[in-house]
Amino acid sequence: MQIPYEVQARPDTGLYNAKLGIWLFLASEVMLFGGLFSAYIFLRMGAEPGFWPLGLLNVPIGTFNTIVLIFSSVTVVLAWASLKMRKFADYKKWMGITIVCGALFLIVKLTLEYPAKFSHFGAYIEKDKWSKYEDYLGNKHLAEIKRPPRVEISGHLHGVEVRGDRAVIEDFAKANGLVVKEVSHHGEGHAEDEKKGPLYEVLHEKKGISPAKAEKLSKIKGVELVAFDVQLDAHNADPTNKNYDRANFIPPGLSEKRAIIKAEDVHSWSAFVPKHSTYFATYFMITGLHGLHVLGGVLVFAYFWGPGAALYRKNPEHLANRVEVAGLFWHFVDLVWIFVFPLFYLL
Amino acid sequence: MSDSQAHAAPAEHATKDAAHEPHDPHAPPHDAHEIAHHIKLYWIIGGVLAVFTMITVGLSYLDFDHWWGMHGVNMVVGMIVASFKVSLVGAIFMHLKGEKPTIWRFLYFTLFFFLGLFLLTFFAYADPIFGTWHLTR
Repeated sequence: MQIPYEVQARPDTGLYNAKLGIWLFLASEVMLFGGLFSAYIFLRMGAEPGFWPLGLLNVPIGTFNTIVLIFSSVTVVLAWASLKMRKFADYKKWMGITIVCGALFLIVKLTLEYPAKFSHFGAYIEKDKWSKYEDYLGNKHLAEIKRPPRVEISGHLHGVEVRGDRAVIEDFAKANGLVVKEVSHHGEGHAEDEKKGPLYEVLHEKKGISPAKAEKLSKIKGVELVAFDVQLDAHNADPTNKNYDRANFIPPGLSEKRAIIKAEDVHSWSAFVPKHSTYFATYFMITGLHGLHVLGGVLVFAYFWGPGAALYRKNPEHLANRVEVAGLFWHFVDLVWIFVFPLFYLL
Repeated sequence: MSDSQAHAAPAEHATKDAAHEPHDPHAPPHDAHEIAHHIKLYWIIGGVLAVFTMITVGLSYLDFDHWWGMHGVNMVVGMIVASFKVSLVGAIFMHLKGEKPTIWRFLYFTLFFFLGLFLLTFFAYADPIFGTWHLTR
């Protein structure tokens, strides 16, 4: 079937049809992302002080990815311009670079950014227990300088302390490459605790235990989660340090300091996954959907670079128009990122 | 292709490309020359966007909210820079500058509903009908 006006402009609109089509699609995309950003505003404004975190994302990596997307926006225009000037070799070059940039963006997101979040541990402390963990939260200091309180202790989960049937715990540890150690009771009320039976720590000396595995263990019948053994993030290890009053460009990372957090003092805990908080729920929703758009763009570009480029021989102007339309989509994806980057990484 | 002006294209382009692409029956269209002039502009805009990315990052570490004791100053500053960047992308990369009126009409329509959406969001916090104002937390 021949679609009319794929090269020539339709007399009434003054446009070739695909161009009007892509703009209608982009208009609907504006409303789609608009709805998600509206949800972001609701959730952020509705968050209690301290419950909208800042500085959990890696700003240098985010900046790098922003520059990669901007650069690819230039190269995709150059690919289109090359076709318009009938320089096919240039088209292949610029389109190739655009595809590499899009793929690079996704690789950075999927191999560096997301996995770092999936393995990071965070525990929201019950409001009435904040003072007990003052050494890690530093809320007196933050109140003095009129900053929102710290409500979470985060870091690398070294191990979890559990009570229950030793054989069951050993089985779980063995299946997951972890070890079990009997540990002594500690902290306030330890005399009471000792009556409840021995305490075991399930851990991995080098790699720690992933929050996902800890969750699995805690859900086994007869296993009671007692405490978390956490290698603290720098701002929790030294919470009154002025350098951590606000987020830093270079993330300070983990400290050497370890802390035991009692499970009964924790309101909720998980890895930095969507269920962690409304912040991460919106972050993964919006960046995930944006990432799918990048993937879609890369696939379309790969087709136009590879088999689709054969159209050049038959009708170069048609291929130029296709690339222009795909490019418009690509710029829109870049445009969404220009808002996502400050809203999630910086502000 | 109704490219009667094809002959107006620079002769060296036509011969050079014909050598590269013997199967291409078409010479560059009449607007090719104009597009060639824009290439430098595309690089400049790309550079400006990269610079303003750095500026956004830098500005976010200036603590306006705290210094001025106000809510949302950093947010407003960040969004102004982002809006500037987005308008450059739209105007130059997406060719909205000098685009046909049909597309602009569709975009006005979209803008209307987009602003309506955010107005509804705003009214959830500042409702003029019932006089509730929840904007400061």
